[in-house]
Amino acid sequence: MSKITGSQAIIKCLQEEGVDTIFGFPGGAVIDLYDELLDSDIKHVLVRHEQGAVHAADGYARASGKVGVALLTSGPGATNGVTAIATAYMDSIPVVVFTGQVPRALIGNDAFQEVDIVGITRPCTKHNYLVSDPNELVATIREAFYLASSGRPGPVLIDLPKDVVASMMSFPDKKPIKMKTYQPTVDPHPGQVEKACKACLKAKRPMLYIGGGVILSNANKELTELAEKLSIPVTMTLMGLGGFPGTNPLSLGMLGMHGSYASNMAVAKSDLLIAVGARFDDRVTGRLDAFAPHAEIIHIDIDPTSISKNVDVDIPIVADCKHALRAMNSWFDDAKQFDGKAIKEKHKPWLEQVAQWNEKHPLTYHEEGDIIKPQYVIEVLNKLTGGDAIITTEVGQNQMWAAQFYKFNEPRRLLTSGGLGTMGYGLPAAIGAKLAFPDKTVIDVAGDGSIQMNIQELATARQYNAPVKVAILNNGYLGMVRQWQELFYNKRYSATVMEVTPDFVELAKAYGAVGLRATTKDEVEPVIKEALATDNLVIMDFAVSREEGVFPMVPAGKATTEMLLV
Amino acid sequence: MKHTLSVLLQNKPGALSRVTGLFSGRGFNIESLCVAETLDSKVSCMTLVTRGDDAIVEQITKQLHKLIDVIKVTDITEGEFVEREMVLIRVKAEANTRAEVLRIIDIFRGKVVDVSPTTYTVEITGQETKIKAVIDILRPIGIKEIIRTGTIATARAPKN
Ligand SMILES: Cc1ncc(C[n+]2csc(CCOP(=O)(O)OP(=O)(O)O)c2C)c(N)n1
Ligand SMILES: [Mg+2]
Repeated sequence: MSKITGSQAIIKCLQEEGVDTIFGFPGGAVIDLYDELLDSDIKHVLVRHEQGAVHAADGYARASGKVGVALLTSGPGATNGVTAIATAYMDSIPVVVFTGQVPRALIGNDAFQEVDIVGITRPCTKHNYLVSDPNELVATIREAFYLASSGRPGPVLIDLPKDVVASMMSFPDKKPIKMKTYQPTVDPHPGQVEKACKACLKAKRPMLYIGGGVILSNANKELTELAEKLSIPVTMTLMGLGGFPGTNPLSLGMLGMHGSYASNMAVAKSDLLIAVGARFDDRVTGRLDAFAPHAEIIHIDIDPTSISKNVDVDIPIVADCKHALRAMNSWFDDAKQFDGKAIKEKHKPWLEQVAQWNEKHPLTYHEEGDIIKPQYVIEVLNKLTGGDAIITTEVGQNQMWAAQFYKFNEPRRLLTSGGLGTMGYGLPAAIGAKLAFPDKTVIDVAGDGSIQMNIQELATARQYNAPVKVAILNNGYLGMVRQWQELFYNKRYSATVMEVTPDFVELAKAYGAVGLRATTKDEVEPVIKEALATDNLVIMDFAVSREEGVFPMVPAGKATTEMLLV
Repeated sequence: MKHTLSVLLQNKPGALSRVTGLFSGRGFNIESLCVAETLDSKVSCMTLVTRGDDAIVEQITKQLHKLIDVIKVTDITEGEFVEREMVLIRVKAEANTRAEVLRIIDIFRGKVVDVSPTTYTVEITGQETKIKAVIDILRPIGIKEIIRTGTIATARAPKN
């Protein structure tokens, strides 16, 4: 067999995996690979900071469902990527990150730009590798893609010593990957499915509580079928938004700390909670002993460690969400005792109760004359994009308002850092999503604080023709922290006032983008219309009411029924 | 409750730190940990002693299993098992106590593995309770150093 260089082998592996775009930033340790990239048809997107590369790969992955790929140099290049790797890890996003490493002979010598990135990222990757034998390079890359995208997905890092990449090696044919130590359970246990379905037939006040797993496994159709077949109301975690249509009458929107009143009340009063691809995060459950206290709990998840981790589960189903939901649907289709009409009739009082909660305390906010309410900006974005844009968010109040007021009807439309809550995620993720779907409108709902954490990526957006729209809800504060200080620290605003902020309109111009500003309510619509009409990169700066709060709010450690309301 | 877990894992660089990192990162406790190659040189066996209620031990077992380098996790405390630990004890052995130390060691079927004018270093193997008993008895004589291996354990083979 003829031999090729490590660089050539890596490119061939990427092609084999169908990778057409990668995000990266060069340096000495990866210069060979960059040289080889020039001759390949893979598009390389040069970001302006390595955190941006991994977030962009992550946004690309979340929007498309494909594996996102990033390439970083050794040392500071690799460490700059860590926050974004941890972000992908917390949200189970399939990403493969290649990092350069010093030559094998120098490893452990504190060589120039040497860092133990495998050690550093061990707890925030699904798995990682240091390739120490050139003959294992190809197999390692194939395994990495397999691991990243199968089971519960996640980021995988491959550390590439420079001399390994420069070595000559053969390129064996690809065979199906079988790992004796890794065999995710995809198909549900039929006995458990039957138990779960029977519990559904018995329940009087059932609730579906769905998370990011539904989106990761592309199970939204199966989920909608189940919810409608049995008339079960659906509440979603931040990561689950879009897993069930936000405008469906059975949708109660988000639950948890900033969830809707109806969602939190319904979970608390339910007698059956069907958790699908969700992990009972503390932002969802609030005080644990008061979470769904009357409910029998079914939990579908591909990761056994998620089951009974925080909350005891009565009927666990370890499986891919799509497979498990499909099995439940067909059980009902086949079951003699199942009578769809009768079930709907039985659930009527429950649905009426839920509707009453919704009427009593809908998601809302107070108008204040001319002042721009941040929630209003999201409502107008929703209206003018027909609810069909890809929305990325930064972190903070902006993120929660986007989650509450944009109605996500499709999966993979909301890209947001849920688990880690990484400020600076939204802009690079938007660029990744836009490169995956050049014809879609992509909007980063931003805060004035977060946007400054990766604002340098505006240049990347320009260079690669990724005309995303950034909508800054500019409150002049690190608003979410300020809200906590207002409510729980006697309004002592320690380090949350942004005393100096750039002029975002001028800043847009400096990057060759369009800068637009709205300072009164009636300017909001025209600004958004103009932003959506241009083909260019746009920053919209909305001067919003400064001390607006996100409500409902469950104070940390309280029961989810103890909500502070508007 | 004390649990002894037997973990088979790939004999690869970093595999051990994945396990220890899991315990420190998630706040699980490790009482002792012993690891070495098995018959198959590509596979290591680790005996890990931990403490926790059933829910915690279940979570530990699942989390270990989730590590890509881990092949198999068995909670051997769930069935019949044998466990052993070895300890090296350097104990004062002066003219007036030498004979007594030897007698004690003999009772516990230990061996003297090193001698100095004022000390014996003795080797004892057994279950944790036995090790504890030896230490308790030798302590009044004057123990200078104790080195323990930590427990290794295996499930008993089926008898039919
Ligand atoms: C990298 C990072 N640092 C700190 C935080 C803590 N934090 C959470 S929200 C927030 C305020 C964000 O301010 P801004 O982007 O202006 O959003 P707003 O809440 O005002 O909408 C901060 C500092 C974080 N989530 N991420
Ligand atoms: Mg702000």
